[in-house]
Amino acid sequence: MSDTQAQTVAYVRDTMVDAQTPPITEVGVIKWLRENLFSSPLNAILTIASLYLVYWVIAHVGPWMINGIWVADSLTECREIRNATLGADVPAACFAVITERWPQLMFGFYPSDAYWRPVVALLVFFVGIAPVLFDKLPRSLLIGTLLTPFVMYLLLWGGSIWGPFAVGLGFVAGYFTFRFLNPINSLMGTIGAIIVPILFWFFLTGPIASTLTATAPIGLPFIESKDFGGFTLSVVIGIAAIILSLPLGILLALGRQSDLPIIKYSAVVFIEVIRGVPLIVWLFTASLLLNYFLPPGTNFDLMLRVIIMVTLFSAAYIAEVIRGGLAALPKGQYEAADALGLDYWKSMQLIILPQALKISIPGIVNTFIGLFKDTTLVVFIGLLDPVGLTNAIRASTDWNGIYWELFLFIGIMFFIFCYSMGRYSLYLEKKLQREHR
Amino acid sequence: MKNTVFFGALTVAGLAAGMASAATLDDVKARGSLNCGVTTGVPGFAAPDANGVWEGFDVAVCRAVAAAIFGDSTAVQFVPTTGQTRFTALASGEVDMLARNTTWTFSRDVDLKFEFTGVNYYDGQGFMVPRDLGVSSASELDGATVCIQTGTTTELNLADYFRVNNISYEPVPIETNAEAQQQYLAGACDVYTTDASALAATRATFEAPGDHIILPEIISKEPLGPLVRHGDNEWADIVRWTLNALIAAEELGITSANIEGLASAPTDNPEVNRLLGTEGELGAMLGLEANWAMNAIMAGGNYGEVFESNIGESTPIGLARGLNAQWTNGGLIYTPPFR
Repeated sequence: MSDTQAQTVAYVRDTMVDAQTPPITEVGVIKWLRENLFSSPLNAILTIASLYLVYWVIAHVGPWMINGIWVADSLTECREIRNATLGADVPAACFAVITERWPQLMFGFYPSDAYWRPVVALLVFFVGIAPVLFDKLPRSLLIGTLLTPFVMYLLLWGGSIWGPFAVGLGFVAGYFTFRFLNPINSLMGTIGAIIVPILFWFFLTGPIASTLTATAPIGLPFIESKDFGGFTLSVVIGIAAIILSLPLGILLALGRQSDLPIIKYSAVVFIEVIRGVPLIVWLFTASLLLNYFLPPGTNFDLMLRVIIMVTLFSAAYIAEVIRGGLAALPKGQYEAADALGLDYWKSMQLIILPQALKISIPGIVNTFIGLFKDTTLVVFIGLLDPVGLTNAIRASTDWNGIYWELFLFIGIMFFIFCYSMGRYSLYLEKKLQREHR
Repeated sequence: MKNTVFFGALTVAGLAAGMASAATLDDVKARGSLNCGVTTGVPGFAAPDANGVWEGFDVAVCRAVAAAIFGDSTAVQFVPTTGQTRFTALASGEVDMLARNTTWTFSRDVDLKFEFTGVNYYDGQGFMVPRDLGVSSASELDGATVCIQTGTTTELNLADYFRVNNISYEPVPIETNAEAQQQYLAGACDVYTTDASALAATRATFEAPGDHIILPEIISKEPLGPLVRHGDNEWADIVRWTLNALIAAEELGITSANIEGLASAPTDNPEVNRLLGTEGELGAMLGLEANWAMNAIMAGGNYGEVFESNIGESTPIGLARGLNAQWTNGGLIYTPPFR
């Protein structure tokens, strides 16, 4: 087609023009500024306003933080140090409260000679969960993952090693019941796998644990739940609820899709009731109402009650998130699984859930982040989590009057936890997307 | 409807069962420690220190009761309770007693079925204003903005006071004392009102306490004291007379310094002897050891010593005895005789 032009146009340039330096407004920083910050009068105004806002915040908060005093025994001493070194009207944070109360903010009332136990428990948690999070690690490590909850319980609460051991045996019993009954009848296998461990825990766990404890008393000193506090409390409630609510949520989501009316409607009622009531109400139920219903003298650990309530609450949300993932799968996937002759659990395990869970990852992590932050609600039932401890710390005459420093610290700590969870979720999505291609 | 009846019946059954296990003292002895409900933190009254050891004016009452029972003031499990959970915790048996800045009122005593076992602090609601405001009496507060904690008796007292005096105010509702401090200092309100003891404690934390004054008017009666459940009078007696023992000790001049000498042998004063168990058998009447009161007093000293070391004028909170002086010094602190 270019021939046509040769006939109609008088002159055609046949060499390239030498490259010129672009106008100064079209390169480098200035170009970027023009395009991104000052592309229109409105944007220019917004940019200047935002810059002023940022400057204003930094000008007010910056000196306060930089002048922060880290070593002092009380707020009064902080003020004296500031007056001596900086002058009376200079803003200066008193971070000394965090220095002095650091162990308390971290461990609550946990005995100080046992501080290593929550720390080791957290390390065990990370080691245990690593094979789940990163698939490059050998699969055989997953056995260790299954043992992690028992080790963590032992480290955190202590007591005889045989208590968690006997509870673990219940799971083993359930597993073998399933393996034994499932080939005969799938439904019987499922029911057996639920009933056998429960019977085991009710009737056999106690005797087994006490016999073994009597013969071989190995264990750590027992630490009561009431000694838990600070970030230990938040993290224990958060991690326990996260670990427990995921499987429960998956079961509820599957239950809601079930063809069996009893299973289906119990799942629906459970999800709707739990989700329809605020978490704080469930926490009050756990701490107040249950006391009336249980026989007097029953010692039903408050922290355990809280963990159960938070788990149920988050399981209801997880169930709905996963149901979204299940609904997004084409019907052909279910039919293909059936056509291969897989039974219900195999088809779920091998075909449906891997795809559904992948779709649900952002929602699941979102729920977990929300759950972790919701653990601060326990302050309303008198548990001393970090937010509850701020009140207790302020109530000592040394630190009465301190305010922002503590909340800033707690905010940063929570941000670190939640942000890492969010980052992991992004990593996971990217990795799974690449595999998908 | 049927469900309502069912749950109602359950609740009643639960309550009745709670009443039935009446022998709190036996439960406490079997457990080996006293469960004492305290606040989650009020300056001077109850707070954990850096090592997690609870201390304060209310905490001292718990420790004295534990010492009276076990001879060991550390045999206490402190259960932090909030304003919402405190009464249920006591009613359900989660705690054996509450020593938690709780005002003795008719409805709490009668309707909620609790037994107040005495008054360990006579408080009252007051006002704090900046000195710049130029106000010297609460009656000059017409049109002022007032920081007030919601859902407390102070809110109702405030409304009553301004209505009676026919002046207007604008409430600034806030949730906690700490928040109130920030709001007040930031100038969000002209006046901060709460219990006078809390006002004093709050003012003591300010950078310039002298710039703020507490107005002379006290507009309500807030007798604070320990309480127990209805239905176990023997237990209530133990808590009541432990508190009375601390008060009597101050009146009789028994201090933690001289108590060992006074208790080693009968003295000339028969009431001291009865109190310290060297004469009579008051302890046995309560179901406790003869030296129960001695142990209670040694836990933290007599009433005056407990007051001075936790909230008195030598502490940063710096409360004067005022109404809480012994009746012999013009106060209201008065114990029935140990006889």
